[in-house]
Amino acid sequence: MPVAARARWVLAVATSVALVATGCSSSGGGGSSSSDASKTFSYQSSEPQNALQPANANEVGGGRIIQNLFKGLVDYDPTNAKIRMQVADKIETSDSQTFAITLKDGWKFHDGTPVHAKNFVDAWNWGANPASNQINSSWFSDIEGYQDIHPATGKPTVDKMSGLTVTDDLHFTVKLSHKVSYFEYKLGYIAFSPLPDGFFKDPAGYGQKPVGNGAYQFVSWAHNSQVVTKAFPDYQGVDKPKNGGIVFKMYTTAEAAYADLQSSNLDVMDQVPPSALATYKNDLGDRAVDAPQGAIQNIGFTLYQADWAAPDKAKVRQGLSMAIDRDVITKTVLQGSRKPATAWVAEGVEGYKDGACGDFCKFDPAKAKQLIQDGGGVPGNKLLITYNADGGHKEWVDAVCNSIRQSTGVDCLGDPKPDFKTARAAITGHQINGAFRTGWVQDYPLNANFLSDVYRTGAASNDFGYSSPQFDEAATKADEAPSVADTVTGYQQAEAVLPSGMPAIPLWYYRTNSGYSSKVQNVKFDSFGNPAWTQVEVKG
Amino acid sequence: MGSYVLRRVLQMIPVFFGTTLLIFVMVYSLPGDPVTALFGDKAADPAVVASIKHTYYLDQPIWKQYLHYMGNLFQGDFGTSFTGRPVSDIMADAFPVTIRLALMAFVFEMVLGLALGVLSGLKRGSIADTLVLILTLVVISIPVFVLAYIAQTVFATNLGWVTPTVQDSYDLTQLVLPATVLGSLSLAYVARLTRTSIGENLRADYIRTAVAKGLPRRTIISRHLLRNSLIPVVTFLGTDLGALMGGAIVTEGIFNVQGIGNVLYRAINQKEGPTVVGIVTVLVIVYLVASLLVDLLYAVLDPRIRYA
Repeated sequence: MPVAARARWVLAVATSVALVATGCSSSGGGGSSSSDASKTFSYQSSEPQNALQPANANEVGGGRIIQNLFKGLVDYDPTNAKIRMQVADKIETSDSQTFAITLKDGWKFHDGTPVHAKNFVDAWNWGANPASNQINSSWFSDIEGYQDIHPATGKPTVDKMSGLTVTDDLHFTVKLSHKVSYFEYKLGYIAFSPLPDGFFKDPAGYGQKPVGNGAYQFVSWAHNSQVVTKAFPDYQGVDKPKNGGIVFKMYTTAEAAYADLQSSNLDVMDQVPPSALATYKNDLGDRAVDAPQGAIQNIGFTLYQADWAAPDKAKVRQGLSMAIDRDVITKTVLQGSRKPATAWVAEGVEGYKDGACGDFCKFDPAKAKQLIQDGGGVPGNKLLITYNADGGHKEWVDAVCNSIRQSTGVDCLGDPKPDFKTARAAITGHQINGAFRTGWVQDYPLNANFLSDVYRTGAASNDFGYSSPQFDEAATKADEAPSVADTVTGYQQAEAVLPSGMPAIPLWYYRTNSGYSSKVQNVKFDSFGNPAWTQVEVKG
Repeated sequence: MGSYVLRRVLQMIPVFFGTTLLIFVMVYSLPGDPVTALFGDKAADPAVVASIKHTYYLDQPIWKQYLHYMGNLFQGDFGTSFTGRPVSDIMADAFPVTIRLALMAFVFEMVLGLALGVLSGLKRGSIADTLVLILTLVVISIPVFVLAYIAQTVFATNLGWVTPTVQDSYDLTQLVLPATVLGSLSLAYVARLTRTSIGENLRADYIRTAVAKGLPRRTIISRHLLRNSLIPVVTFLGTDLGALMGGAIVTEGIFNVQGIGNVLYRAINQKEGPTVVGIVTVLVIVYLVASLLVDLLYAVLDPRIRYA
């Protein structure tokens, strides 16, 4: 998830809005005029927090640069979030466990060397090794042999995962340690990008001057100022650049970027600042963008605490959910930058099922009161919602609490922690009393990502201590399904288990509220909150 | 004089150790774990966390970390940030920008502030004096960030004279607007300090003597009046240079100037020890040197002050 979330949450402090990733469509430009494919455009960015290595980018600053410099086996079509083949010619499996991958011939790295099967295998082995200090290391955990190269403690015993076998230059097989029918969806994540042979001799140097195989090649990185890229003429992908390159300009505040956008010193921005949410559609006219994102905001509960563990407390959580007036809060406090949630999977994601939460996500004070009473009430009749004070969450947490207090009489208060990392430490360290703000940004646009990684017993991001045998069983069955389509249905069945336990209350889906300058056109945002980079046209 | 300077320089050594230790401990005791925070919302992988901590020496007790840091520092190594960049490189990029910005603000506030102060001090009660008083009152009462946004809106968005933010932090002409905003508050103080000081000294005996001697007005003002009136102003200006460098965070944010303020802000947020300690240490040294210069200037301005 954190592709997007991170930098903003940690960095952008006063600026705001935090989660980010996206739904699909977006607004188009006004009248189209002739464009010049050699001209570059600028994009609002933040200084990458890690070296520019694909398995090391989990925040927006570095992530969106890497995704333009590198291209993996597959990616997601920006228009509909469906998977599409890039370097891969085909990915075949008969048992959802062993995948035979065929590459297209002719792909080249920016240094001219060919993209071969071993470039993928070497990159994944390197990324999985904890000695490489790669943040996205755990992405390779499905592959057989991961436990040997990445033991929980101590030094790795091998430097290759046994599940990866190179057949020849254009063929390799991946054997997983268990069945994951939708593995190809995961392959679109940047951590699975190939690396050129030269990389392994000097990972640190390549981290400062990356050489990839993507639509754009690296030109320069003036730290804290800008990263310049230019279109790569030998790019073999289906999305050939319609512009000459991207300049990522670093901004520390969204306000500064917005001022530059209005005066055309910046071409495309990431998110307008909260201070401009009310006015940006007027300011920018048809250059304003309002598009859905594959991201959701929830309130999680501490089911590991005795107070909340009892089975009938699920009713209290259902009641609290019904006490929140999502429509009014998203329209007023959040100024239309969110859309009320009706499920645990975000809108626009493959397998999204509108209304999975049922009546429990509808505002109904009378029923809310009744449910809370039936469940034995909120412990101490007081609910604390922990959140990080640096992410612009205070306003809506207060609004949610007001809504709960007015509808049910439960005393509800926000419990701010100074910053994102402090809040995270409290959440993962189980130091929370009652409820906390949480959220999920898609890693890949598939419902499994919103469910398996969050609500499974012992899942890495299951901060609730939620454990439901029915959910686990449904999820396991979905993972072992013979096709992605069956997986999607399987996970929809798993999602149907969630209303009865209500480990987290879905609040709303994120949206991309952005805009672009009068110098560019055809700017469409995908469900990750990124523009379709290669499709942006710079006016001639 | 020489031994005085030497003594002052030697005094900087304990201050240097004290600051680094203090900042080190403060960064260390900030809540939250910087390495786990790198993983964002996603659960941190223990093996990778352990490996990263080992790389940055964060798996050691704090006193060992401090000794390790100081040991490297004396070999000219300021440590590495989480991006893998040496902190010395980061500072080499950011300090020149902030120094330029601070110096421009400094020159602006000094020249204009003194001129306005002398003008209104000499002509008390005149229209010019009242204007200066009102103007400085307005500047003092408006927070810097409001001033910055007003300047941005008026000069960039409405008039279009400049770009709203600084496009190239190394371009001096683009730094004019942020420097003016940054220096405006101190300008008001300098003007008011000078005005008061001149007002007092105008009534002093030695001025009356000088007038009685028939000295030309210009000589009286520049050689007698100004020189004596400048001592409080110089004190203020000296400490202000340090404040301008450390306090530019807000202005740098609004105008997107890639200086020390932005880097420091990010580093504190990420709990990036080496970067914070390195920058703050340099800032402290700037402060110390500035105050030494101020003390030496006293002797130049007022012959009665001597340093043995």
